[in-house]
Amino acid sequence: MDKVLFGDNQFFAVNHASDEKARAQSIRFKEDSAIINVIDQAIDLGINTFMCTTHDRIGNICDHMRANPLRYKDFNIYPCMPYAHKYANAVTELGIMGTIKQYVPGNVFGTFAKGGFAFISKDFKSLMELLIDAEMKMFRGIKTPVIFIQNVLVDLILGLKMFEVFKEYDAYIRKKYNAEPGYITMNMPALLDALNSVGIENPIICSSINKIGFRMSGGIEVYEKYLKEKEFRPVAMQVLAAGALRPEQATEYLGRFPKIESVLFGASSKSHIEETKSLIETHCK
Amino acid sequence: MIKGAIVGLGKMGLSHAAILGAQPDAEMVAVCDASSLVLNAFKKYSQVKTYSDYKEMMNKEPLDFVLIATPTRFHYPMVKLALERGLHVFCEKPFSLTVSEGEELVRLADEKGVFNQVGYHNHFIGTFRELKRLLQSRVLGDLVHFSGEAYGPVVVKEKVGTWRSKSEEGGGCLYDYASHVINLIQEIIARPVKASGTQLKRIFSKSVEDAVYGTLILENGLSGILSVNWSDETYRKMSTSITVQGKNGKIICDATEIKIYLNEPVEKEGLDKGWTIKYITDLAIPVDFYLRGEEYSAQIDNFIDCIKQKKQTDYNSFEQGLCTDKVIELIIADYKKQ
Repeated sequence: MDKVLFGDNQFFAVNHASDEKARAQSIRFKEDSAIINVIDQAIDLGINTFMCTTHDRIGNICDHMRANPLRYKDFNIYPCMPYAHKYANAVTELGIMGTIKQYVPGNVFGTFAKGGFAFISKDFKSLMELLIDAEMKMFRGIKTPVIFIQNVLVDLILGLKMFEVFKEYDAYIRKKYNAEPGYITMNMPALLDALNSVGIENPIICSSINKIGFRMSGGIEVYEKYLKEKEFRPVAMQVLAAGALRPEQATEYLGRFPKIESVLFGASSKSHIEETKSLIETHCK
Repeated sequence: MIKGAIVGLGKMGLSHAAILGAQPDAEMVAVCDASSLVLNAFKKYSQVKTYSDYKEMMNKEPLDFVLIATPTRFHYPMVKLALERGLHVFCEKPFSLTVSEGEELVRLADEKGVFNQVGYHNHFIGTFRELKRLLQSRVLGDLVHFSGEAYGPVVVKEKVGTWRSKSEEGGGCLYDYASHVINLIQEIIARPVKASGTQLKRIFSKSVEDAVYGTLILENGLSGILSVNWSDETYRKMSTSITVQGKNGKIICDATEIKIYLNEPVEKEGLDKGWTIKYITDLAIPVDFYLRGEEYSAQIDNFIDCIKQKKQTDYNSFEQGLCTDKVIELIIADYKKQ
């Protein structure tokens, strides 16, 4: 993985510190071209990986990349699935079965022609594979060497102690997409233990890592211990703690943990991208 | 270890199940739901016992508490049975569909001496806690006005829905979304005693309101407005805020930040004249397990802690949930009167 991964929260009105800033971002990035411009600036500054949620609009960005293969020939996307709010809002409105009917490609009963509902309600592995394929459709023809599951799903499975699901996900991503599975979590130490318990070794885990312990559940001490002692491939996110830390402070802290393989950050202006990238490269070698 | 079970495995029930699963002092021994899809997932991937009949589950399992996250119309019979069995109960919001049923449950919980809590999770968000503290500290002086708002993209198209699209089952924006705002107003500012000028507007739904607008008058005489709309696509997810205006300034509070403007400084709080912004990064309640927000874990931790410490909760008792149900009745009555 590259040291610097460019994130997408700024494009989709995700701001953990301010709803008002989030709205300003959603106005600024109304047109897909505004997103593409910022990605292009990041590429010109030497960033080659875009880590993004499977938001509908990413499909348009992918169309643009497919239409300009030379420009994006060295560019990787790390998809993060699913775009949870889409499903969460659907579950509130349609219930769990209604949501499956809406998002499983084709007709559910057609897809599982043989056993119909009885089949779908037992064969979770096939259901998961269908949903992964549906989310991955937009990336066809684009390099996706690492495929992440979003924290809301990872942490749900973790809390429910359904660790075998991780194993099935892991195997499918490797087999079908020839890619490395990644896990985003707000509970890194517990997740690493869970993955190890089902035989998943040295996994890619993306979690909050910042000096003030923001969204580092269980406490900063156990995170630091794991970063020093355990075997895994950490990706640091929320390194600025939703804006509570200055980039200099934030990256200096990351530098204390040589195991951190990549740092995820998002920014909307060329100068911010340049500054943060150079700080990451200075402190995290 | 405190043993518990969950009834209802929809969005909230599953989220509670994961949080309980990670809770060090509690053990989730059983789950109950009507959907075979969800129960089969538990059968296949977890050790938890599964039931499709809550009565059977409460009869057979040795439980200390139950967590009820079913559609609202089931709350009354399920909570009642749990209370009769002497179990501690956490019930999702809104608490009950009618005030008379809610009153009966509050009385019964009291008689049985069990701990009870309703899932108004906003009280476990640090910014709203800070707002309450600042108002109690009278930083705004005499209050003049408030507005309680919530917007989000739940129903953004016309289509056939679930129980949430039937008002007689506790669906609609008033029960689902506005209840959160009413509950915040009641606990942070004061209890509403009158509703006026209520407008319940349908936007996309066929049989329930998608927006609630109106005036609330509180027991201390203060009046303010309620403005809630769950068909607002300009919000990525539910966004709830409370604004309070006083003679000494204004506070705008949501789940991510609290913005304070003071005409005169308040030294004991270290607040200057003009704007002060405090962020959730400094105010969040630390939790050992995070799913969707600290507040969801913190409210379960609080419930388990109350059982452990044998003390009734300061946050979200049944009685507080009932108070919100009463305000909902006031709002509906005001609307029907027009």
